[in-house]
This record gives sequence, C-alpha cells and structure tokens, in this order.
Amino acid sequence: MFDFSKISSWLHGFLTGYIPEWAAILTESVLVALAIITLYAVFAIVLIYMERKICAAFQCRLGPMRVGPWGTLQVFSDVFKMLTKEIINLRKTDMFLHNLAPFLVVSASMVTFACLPWNKGAHMIDFNVGVFFFLAISSVGVVGILLAGWSSNNKYSLIGAMRSGAQIISYELSIGMTMLAMICLTGTMSFSEICEQQAVEGWNIFRGHVPAVLAFIIYLIAGNAECNRGPFDLPESESELTAGYHTEYSGMHFGYYYLAEYLNLFICAGMASTIFLGGWAPLHIAGLEGFNHIMDLIPGAVWFLGKAFFVVFLLMWLRWTFPRLRIDQILSLEWKYLVPITMFNLVLMALLVSLGLTF
Amino acid sequence: MNNENYFAGLASGVKSLATGLKTTMREFFTKKITEQYPENRETLEMFDRFRGSLSMPHNENNQHKCVGCGICQMACPNDTIKVTSEFVTTEDGKKKKRLVKYEYNLGSCMFCQLCTRACPHGAIEFDQSYENAVFDRSKLIKVLNNEGSSVVEK
Repeated sequence: MFDFSKISSWLHGFLTGYIPEWAAILTESVLVALAIITLYAVFAIVLIYMERKICAAFQCRLGPMRVGPWGTLQVFSDVFKMLTKEIINLRKTDMFLHNLAPFLVVSASMVTFACLPWNKGAHMIDFNVGVFFFLAISSVGVVGILLAGWSSNNKYSLIGAMRSGAQIISYELSIGMTMLAMICLTGTMSFSEICEQQAVEGWNIFRGHVPAVLAFIIYLIAGNAECNRGPFDLPESESELTAGYHTEYSGMHFGYYYLAEYLNLFICAGMASTIFLGGWAPLHIAGLEGFNHIMDLIPGAVWFLGKAFFVVFLLMWLRWTFPRLRIDQILSLEWKYLVPITMFNLVLMALLVSLGLTF
Repeated sequence: MNNENYFAGLASGVKSLATGLKTTMREFFTKKITEQYPENRETLEMFDRFRGSLSMPHNENNQHKCVGCGICQMACPNDTIKVTSEFVTTEDGKKKKRLVKYEYNLGSCMFCQLCTRACPHGAIEFDQSYENAVFDRSKLIKVLNNEGSSVVEK
C-alpha cells in the first residue's frame, strides 16, 4: 500500500537542505493549509453538484442540465455569483460579532476537515486523543451559529440559532457515546492508529458486528442532526423562519455558511467511514489472497473518498426522504430514544470486548 | 410511561421510516419525467388527456361530424366558439342545417372542455398541440372546419 509519509519526509528533507528547520516547518504548514483550503473548496463544489443531482433523482427529476454538459458548470456559476454579491451591513446589529460568526463556523469546519485520514501517512492533524479533539473542535461551529443568530438582531435568526444550539448540543451526546463505543473496540483514540488497525484486522463495522452496526446507524442519524440537515433542518427551516440563523447574511458571508453546511456533511461522512468503514483501509476478505492483493493496489485515498461519498449518499437519501421534525420531536428523539440506545450499546460493546466476542 | 408502548412505538417508527426509505430508493431508479423541451421538440408527445387547443377531426374524405347545432356555442362560458350555419333543402324536400364556418378563439378559451362534453356527435376534441404562441391576437382565431368540407352522412 502506498505510504504518503514518503512524500512528506522527502519534502521535509528537501526543504531542510536549503533553509533552517523552523522555516521548513513553517513552509510545510503553509502548504498543508493551502491544500486543505483548496480541497475544501473543491469538495464543496462536488458536494453541491452531487446534492442537486441526487435530490433531483429522488424527486423523479433530472436536476441541473443546462449550464455545461449535464449541468456540471452550474455550481461554478453559482459560486461566481456568490463571490460578486455585496455584503450588506445592517443597522442596529452587533457588527463585530455579525462579521465574526461566519468565520468561526467555517474555520471550525476546516479544522475538523483536516482531522480526516486521507491516505496512509496523509493525516494532517493526528495525535493520541484525536477523537476528543475532533469532538471538541466540531462543537466550535455552534458558537458561530449562536453568535450569528444573536448578532443579527432578528427574532427569526435568534429562534433558528437557539434551535440549532439545542439540537447540536443534544446530538453531540449521541455522537460522543457512539464514538466511545467504537473506542472500546479499537482501544485507541488516534485516527491514524484506528485506520492502521482496521487495515490489519478488518473494518470496525465487521469486527464489532451488532453493536458496531447499531452505532453506525445512530452515528448517521446524529451526524445528520449535527450538520443541521434535513430532516433535522429546523434551525434554518425556510418556510417558518425564512432561513434561520443566516437570514441576515449576504454575499460570501452567506457563502461561508453554505460551504460549512456541505463540508460538515462530508466531514460527518468521512468520520463515519474512518471509524466504522476503515478509512483508507482496503476491503480484505480472509482467505481470498488474490482478491486482497487486487484491493491493495487501489490507492488509499480512493478507498477513503469512495467510502465517504457512499456515506454522503446515505445521508442525502435520508434527507430527501423524511419530512422535517418539530423541535419537541427532535429533542424527544434524542433524549428518549437515541441516548438510551447508545448507552445500552456502549455497555453491550464493553461486554463483548471484555468477553472477547469481537473479531 | 408505558414500557410496551415505548418499544412498540420504536419498532413501528423504525418500520415506517424504512418504508419511506424504500419508496424513495425505488423512485431513485425510475425513469425521470423531466422533458428537455427545445431539444426533444421532434419527439416530444403530450399525454392523451392534455388539452392543447380545440380541433375538429376530419376523415380522409374531408368530412367532419359537426351538424352545426350550436350546442357547443351555448355551452361555452367565454363565448369562445362561434358557429355559423345555414339551412339547405335536401333532395327529398327536407330542410336541414349545415355548418358554414366554425370559429374558435384560442385566446379566450379556458380549456374547460364543456364544449366537447356538450357535443352530441363527438365532432370536436382537444388535441395535443402546445406551441400556441403567436405574434398577433387575431391569429388566435381559428376556423376549425376545412375548406370545402361536409358533414358525414349517416
């Protein structure tokens, strides 16, 4: 399997040959940041196009077809439209917080984006409590959303932001406990080690069988709620709250929320594929040596992206199937159903691991 | 809370969600109904019950079924139809009504189909034409009976 750390160590050696080490590390950091931002923009475009096409297919339509072949240039034209729009400053709003909020949302989303394991050796942020770091930094986004609602000086925005806060904080619990169940299984919190382990011993969803599948399903539900996407999109429910917390934003400030929404979807899917489906680990079936060898030839990045987009498709399927929930239904779903199930699941997983019933 | 209700509710909820997912997944693979109109202009066919504009079908001998009774004109709520008829004396001395001109104003038609329902002979029907835009309102007034046509004799 191709190891990306060869390239990064070669680059490090090349740079230290010419400039001092601190400058080399600085240069590498800038390069990695540029790579993250570029990937972020590219994935946003891909995901928006994918969403429009998949949504159309679920509704028996074709989706964008006019701009470019099969409408592939539609998203680019939307992006350019967004870039040329004016950012409108409103009277009687808290200007500083109003302008700060989208950057909080988008930077939290970018940092979580960097946690994803792209390939063997291509982890951008990776240390021994990676899962904790991921959970912590992904919650920063809710601060941005609450600030946006508060600083807009608009009751719809505030209601949307409050709903979003209640929802994200509640569902964080399920996400944390499903991840805890999987950590029980893996015994490590570092994303690189989780992936390495799955490359050797098989994907976690097979190793953990019943509780892992249950955790996967709950993770998808809670992850969808974390992304504020349908059927949990009531913070921005356009029919009742105009657009919720981003009502008063225009131009690229609105664009940041839009970007963050889609990238959070991808991050949620990427995390699901890392923790449950093996990240960059190829599919191995015990006993089929030839098959395993062919699977090894496919690069890890392709495996990771394939799994992530598969999970994105699952999430879009959910979104375009179910109608929006009310706020009390959302909270009762979390507190009366998902939390007890995840607690039970955690205990079940701990029992199975301690009795040695996992693979 | 009643425990039985809790678990039964959970199970039925999961079941109904799964039904919804199954339905949308089936929809995902069905043929899409979107028509890409200007491109498929040659092949696009409207569905049978589409109400394009009123027409009077003629057979191969240039004969129609209209007897000029004017019931459609009376049934029309918008005064869209104007039937001009005359009395002719047939060979056996009977006086009989004959259609001279059947004028139909597409511009004031609301496609309610009351005229086709009222017609006792099935002489008029809505066709599938849909490109009805013209540059002048006078072009919307159409004469439905062909030049030199006659009624089908029974």
